[in-house]
Amino acid sequence: MKADKLLRRAGLYLLVGVIVMYSVFPFYYAVITSLRSGSAIFSTSIVPSAIGLDNYAATFAEQPFARNIANSVVVSSVVVLASLFLATTAAYALARVSFRGRGLLLLTILSVSMFPQVAVLSGMFELVRWLGLYNSLPALMLSNMILTLPFTVWVLTTFMRELPKELEEAAIVDGAGDWVIVRRVFLPLLGPALVTTGLLAFIAAWNEFLFALTFTLTNEQRTVPVAIALITGASARELPWGRLMAASVIVTVPLIALVLVFQRRIIAGLTAGAIKG
Amino acid sequence: MVAIDARGSRLKRERVRTAWLFLSPMLLVLAVVAAWPLLRTIWFGFTDANLSALGQWRFIGLDNYLARYDGEWFGLLADPHWWNAVTNTLWFTFVSVALETVFGMIVALVLHTPFSGRGLVRAAVLIPWAIPTIVSAKMWSWMLNDQFGVINAMLLAVGLVDAPVAWTADPATAMWAVVAVDVWKTTPFMALLLLAGLQMIPRDCYEAARIDGVGPLRVFLKITLPLLRPALIVAVVFRGLDALRVFDLIYVITSNSRTTMSMSVYARQQLVDFQEVGIGSAASTLLFLVIAMLTVVVLTAGRVELSGRTVR
Repeated sequence: MKADKLLRRAGLYLLVGVIVMYSVFPFYYAVITSLRSGSAIFSTSIVPSAIGLDNYAATFAEQPFARNIANSVVVSSVVVLASLFLATTAAYALARVSFRGRGLLLLTILSVSMFPQVAVLSGMFELVRWLGLYNSLPALMLSNMILTLPFTVWVLTTFMRELPKELEEAAIVDGAGDWVIVRRVFLPLLGPALVTTGLLAFIAAWNEFLFALTFTLTNEQRTVPVAIALITGASARELPWGRLMAASVIVTVPLIALVLVFQRRIIAGLTAGAIKG
Repeated sequence: MVAIDARGSRLKRERVRTAWLFLSPMLLVLAVVAAWPLLRTIWFGFTDANLSALGQWRFIGLDNYLARYDGEWFGLLADPHWWNAVTNTLWFTFVSVALETVFGMIVALVLHTPFSGRGLVRAAVLIPWAIPTIVSAKMWSWMLNDQFGVINAMLLAVGLVDAPVAWTADPATAMWAVVAVDVWKTTPFMALLLLAGLQMIPRDCYEAARIDGVGPLRVFLKITLPLLRPALIVAVVFRGLDALRVFDLIYVITSNSRTTMSMSVYARQQLVDFQEVGIGSAASTLLFLVIAMLTVVVLTAGRVELSGRTVR
């Protein structure tokens, strides 16, 4: 019996080891590749060698990468703030007031998050051109709303529904209007939910590729994913892998930090979006 | 009494009006970024619009879908490349979601078992999910590189292959390479959803089985799996609908290669690279219809099963 238990424990830890290796190794390998300079880049050893920051310096020297990062930060932040504002007011109505067609409306909003991005691409292209936003960041802020808004509304609505009804009843008796109720009563309570959905929206906007690829033209307007996808060398066969991996590590480290710090919140948000849905 | 009722219903009417007022900014934005572009895309599918002169188009009916000139069929439905893209998309969706479900289940079961350092492992598992798709695609392209890739080096070292394999360039393996990256990236999502499902199963179910001396495999098949079914279905549906619109991974790993092209890649190539807004929009519309129909089927089925729990 004892040996059996020990064996099972060993098996579990072996499995855990495999899972951790599988999850972490590709990123680890990207990091050590990015640190290799010169011809050491072609080494396939999995222990770090020839450590240097040449690739990182080259990433910023060969293209406006700092600008690309700034673009991504600006676009994602605006998208997050706009989504949260629109979603909080909408979620208040959807979660706290009962009216006809509410269920259908929620389902419609949820189905928008199932839209394939390419299905709105030509219509969005026309709209972006018509508004004179082609090859500018506002084009991306506008188009990214289709990715973030539906699930922010959905998740905030599920969070808000959980709060006790007495909250606004007391406020209504005191004669507070809805706007005051949202700002004074619900906003403070929604703090954690806003952090969660804000993070998820930020990650979605930060990673967005198709719109950014299609609606921008010049290097200066590109966001990080497009800039990385379009890094090329002297020829298609000779991609500058060192630079590519350096750029990849730069944009991934903040995300991994965010995810590790807010692990619990993110998991709560992801599962609230799906399981409760 | 009557007066109070009247006041109550007036108050209620007022609240409903305010509710719509609160909803309107969000609905307006969704109309601008979702409804309008979608309708325009569907409309463009019936025209010969060109990207260089989007303002000048002619209505051509269903010609983008299917047309017959001089005894030959033209249009999307007669294009073997389109059908190839359809097959690729369906194959990709089926294989990657199946693998993600199996791996996600294994990871979820492991994370559900108490052991020291579980929090750290859960954090490690979340890393692939946090990495942008483009970055994962590039990282894996590098690891799968035919000359300098670490995967070929490892396989050569243990003798599993005799010569380096061009994983992403060889049509026989390219689609598998794409699946491998997708599985790596999205298994965490699957695992977390399933883990949340596992945590909702009451402990007493297991206690009873343990006292009766039921083996672990039987416990999994007879208790865990049936009770996990709702969470499992939701996770598979979400992932499946997401996989059907795959673009980033395939575009970055194999570019516009015909052999691995998905429906989204095909539509964008027509639209942007060939400037054929008409055909590209028609292709997008077909993809939208496939996903919309599946969504409606799933939502109605889900409503029957989860009614009372979903739309409260």
